[in-house]
Amino acid sequence: MFYREAGEFKASYKADQAILPIRQDRWFIWAILAIAFLVIPTVSSDYWLGTIMLPFLILALAALGLNVLTGYAGQLSLGTGGFMATGAFAAYKLATMFPGMHILLVLLFSGTITAGVGILFGIPSLRIKGFYLAVATLASQFFLIWMFNKFGWFTNYSSSGVITAPPMAAIGDVLVTGAYATVTAKYLFTLSIVTLLALITKNLVRSNIGREWMAVRDMDIAAEIIGIKMLPTKLKAFAYSSFLCGIAGALWAFVHTGSVEPLAFDVNRSFQILFMIIIGGLGSIMGAFLGAAFIVLLPIFLSNAPHWFGLDIPVDLISHIEAMVFGALIIFFLIVEPHGLARLWQITKEKLRLWPFPY
Amino acid sequence: MKINKVKTGIIAAAVGMASLISTPTVMAADAQYIGSLVYRTGPYAPGGIPWADGFADYINLLNERDGGINGVKLNLEECDTAYNTDKGVECYERLKNNGPTGMPAVMPLSTGITYALLDRVVADKIPLITSGYGRADAADGTIFPYVFVPPATYWGGADIAINYMASEEGGYDNLKGKKIALVYHDSAYGKEPIKTLEALAGKHGFELSLFPVPHPGLEQKATWLKIGRQLRPDYVLMYGWGVMNATAIKEAAAVNFPREKFIGIWWSGNDVDMVPAGKAAVGYKSLQFNGVGADFDVHKMIKQVLYANGKGSADSEAGIGEVAYNRGLQSAVLLTEALQGAMNEFGNKPVTGEQVQWALDRLDIDEARLKAIGAEGLFDPIKLSCADHLGKGRAKITQWDGTQWKAITDWIQPNNEMLDVMYKESAAAYAKEKGITPRACN
Repeated sequence: MFYREAGEFKASYKADQAILPIRQDRWFIWAILAIAFLVIPTVSSDYWLGTIMLPFLILALAALGLNVLTGYAGQLSLGTGGFMATGAFAAYKLATMFPGMHILLVLLFSGTITAGVGILFGIPSLRIKGFYLAVATLASQFFLIWMFNKFGWFTNYSSSGVITAPPMAAIGDVLVTGAYATVTAKYLFTLSIVTLLALITKNLVRSNIGREWMAVRDMDIAAEIIGIKMLPTKLKAFAYSSFLCGIAGALWAFVHTGSVEPLAFDVNRSFQILFMIIIGGLGSIMGAFLGAAFIVLLPIFLSNAPHWFGLDIPVDLISHIEAMVFGALIIFFLIVEPHGLARLWQITKEKLRLWPFPY
Repeated sequence: MKINKVKTGIIAAAVGMASLISTPTVMAADAQYIGSLVYRTGPYAPGGIPWADGFADYINLLNERDGGINGVKLNLEECDTAYNTDKGVECYERLKNNGPTGMPAVMPLSTGITYALLDRVVADKIPLITSGYGRADAADGTIFPYVFVPPATYWGGADIAINYMASEEGGYDNLKGKKIALVYHDSAYGKEPIKTLEALAGKHGFELSLFPVPHPGLEQKATWLKIGRQLRPDYVLMYGWGVMNATAIKEAAAVNFPREKFIGIWWSGNDVDMVPAGKAAVGYKSLQFNGVGADFDVHKMIKQVLYANGKGSADSEAGIGEVAYNRGLQSAVLLTEALQGAMNEFGNKPVTGEQVQWALDRLDIDEARLKAIGAEGLFDPIKLSCADHLGKGRAKITQWDGTQWKAITDWIQPNNEMLDVMYKESAAAYAKEKGITPRACN
């Protein structure tokens, strides 16, 4: 009843091929965007915007990148952290080498550099598949972090190997990095970039490139037989995925923390993002966001919850309870819906369509 | 039936939770709020728990014995970071506006969290106190007005270690041609001393070899075979962390490298790191920026006022006097002295971060004050100024005798003339990159 598309007729191919062919979906997305752009910045505190929404958005972007590679193109990767680090260090080098460069250009170029690195590490994917590829990409994770630690050039010979973001403005003199950038500016800047990239990604996976990726994912031999070239298809997936991860890494270093050491992008970060897409849903744009929300927001909620209820529990106990409940919930969701939260959302939509006459 | 089961489950869980809840602390609106980032869980918890206990014990001691500072009660809230940078940032953001005046200062207890907070504390006007970790160049208060690094820095630590080696050899001249190896945690933290050591190697003519150990440092066989069988250095200096320390000591024993020639920075000098190494650790030396032992007046007072009445933070008195515990005490003393300084100036009411920064710029904890605290000899006197956010930067060398640390030297002063130049140079590079105008200090 709430979600019935009956009566929505399309009179042109254009309308039929729209990203969101159903009216309710369009309303839903516009409502979400309105909330994200207008309501959240006005009603939430700096703590919510800066500590919860900002990392959520940036990690969702990284999850989106990994989802392109793993969820759409079927190439299992554990190198996300390494690619994020590449993006962060590339952005730092660009910003310090060319001090006047606009932050959007810095992000664009650092994403492009990361795409190049991604292509390089994607080459083995032509020969190895599945878990073996995961190990090969794991090598990229360790190699890249080692490289940024080893060669002082990447950190401008800072004694500790830590990079810091110079203050940069997005529009006019509205700073989005550095000590004096307001949280709202940072949030809106990140949100705009993430929205734009999510839109591009959504269109990309609906295009022939995306269909090639999915064909390779579903059966690579069949895909090859019907004329899809493995080399460019897989490398395109690696390039675009790394592009997104690189921008996410640059945003993390520049907009979120301001200073990072390479260890911020260690293998745990790669696993964190892999878990996001597994829990959120492989091969789904929305899954990346749902998974990031689950992995980023839930632990924060769990560690804050006792306080909101006025319970005075020792902090170590809270941490332990948090780990236990979080683990239990992961298992619960994977049992209830092995295809991830995005699939759960799909089921909800189907139920809403039949409501109030379910069968 | 099913619902009933769920209900019983929920009730049982609720009852279970309720039994775990201790009595809620009464929050007075006129109490001074103190937010403390601790790691009582996670991979490094064995070193984090005594620190948190020491910190909380000293705050509670002031509350119980003196009724707070200048009559203002202290209200301590902890947040567990599990030594995780993301969590640490979240903790900081969550606590920073609590209490009537917000968090008066933050001590993140992790190099990673420190770096993530560097920008934020400037905007929030909350002093960042990093005792013996973090950015060494923050000693330059003109460029880092909100960062304080007493009592010592990593660079100073490296210099003190070389100074000690020189005195063992009978003077700096005898270091010429000696081989010194640095075994370090391959991270921002471990890399800090390299520049200092390279400068010293050039100056005194010793040969420096670097041995990075990847995190977490459980695999050091190859490193130590190379050190013990091939390089055979005269001294090994270690900048290790967590499980890496005990592993290194055991590996050093395996290749029979003399433990007396093996010196660790303070983070390689925790009790919890020595115990797992067992006999292998006997004779191993470590720098400490605080004194060692459990029989100072402040310890007696804590036992008498808190533990005798069941108000101690730790489960038993056994942990009192551990190195990490004493560091927690020291951080608490630093903070409370700064709070007192701020209250003396701005009135006996809760103070803001900005006021505490004012007080830290003028912090002076001399021998007499340490005696009054009951920590004479436990801590080195500290005097800060607007431009100098470090103080003397002294540390002691201690040696592990199998059960406890024994101080084998008095406070050793690093070569501050050389280090000051390095601090200034590095801070200036940072200021240039970040577009910071140094503040005037007069």
